[in-house]
Amino acid sequence: MVETETHPPATNTGPGRLLIAVYLLFAIAATSRAGLQIATRFAEAPVAYLLSALAALVYIVAAVGLARAGHAGRWVALACCSVELVGVVGVGLLSLADPELFPDETVWSGFGSGYGYVPLVLPVLGLLWLWRTRTR
Amino acid sequence: MTETATPLASMTSAAAGSPVDGVLATATIVLSLVLAGWALVAAVRNRPPDRVQLAGLAVLELALLALAVVALVALGGGERPGEPGAFFGYLVTLVCLPPLAWVLARMEPTRWGSAIVCAICVVTPVVVVRLQQTWEVVGG
Repeated sequence: MVETETHPPATNTGPGRLLIAVYLLFAIAATSRAGLQIATRFAEAPVAYLLSALAALVYIVAAVGLARAGHAGRWVALACCSVELVGVVGVGLLSLADPELFPDETVWSGFGSGYGYVPLVLPVLGLLWLWRTRTR
Repeated sequence: MTETATPLASMTSAAAGSPVDGVLATATIVLSLVLAGWALVAAVRNRPPDRVQLAGLAVLELALLALAVVALVALGGGERPGEPGAFFGYLVTLVCLPPLAWVLARMEPTRWGSAIVCAICVVTPVVVVRLQQTWEVVGG
């Protein structure tokens, strides 16, 4: 077995490390926010808070996927970035169309406006980075 | 004597309103932003994190730890933040940020290490401001 051609491209160095750092920040932010919301006032807005928890989980898994850098890590990161992009655009549109649906803010409300729109930009950068480091 | 004591007294009474809103908090915000600017210049110039960035992170961490001590002393004195859970969450996150930047910067001795320092130093002032908001939400 010759395995020279298939060594996995590094998603965890250079710009990738910056991306992982930002993902880590968002993982911390979303996890603490969701944890606090669920622990203290879950009944007020269960959908919004469960969504916060989902977002938190996705950020953590994405950071791990990028950091692991192997083929499996790439697929995990690809899945997470896609879920994020769908999530932030979907929740953004839904929160515009029907604000009643999300009585409290989530990371993804208003296309991530509460977090300087970084949640919207981050999955796009993640996907671009995965594209840049793809095996040919 | 009383004349010279007046500005000091007004400073301490202003600090008594919120232990995380004062000269020290402002200093952490300014230092963090200056550091972010310095690191950004380094990243643009294709330079890895230099001693100034690492020393800056160390000073920033000391200032944030001092801020945390001031907050804990105020808590010991019976003062309470408006949103205790969020306040402690932000406080713990805050003192972890410079070490995180330090570790990642040491792992990445390229321009992207400087970019990481820049990113985390941009986030830090935001966390300081959120910390202040979670203290003041009731007294506000």
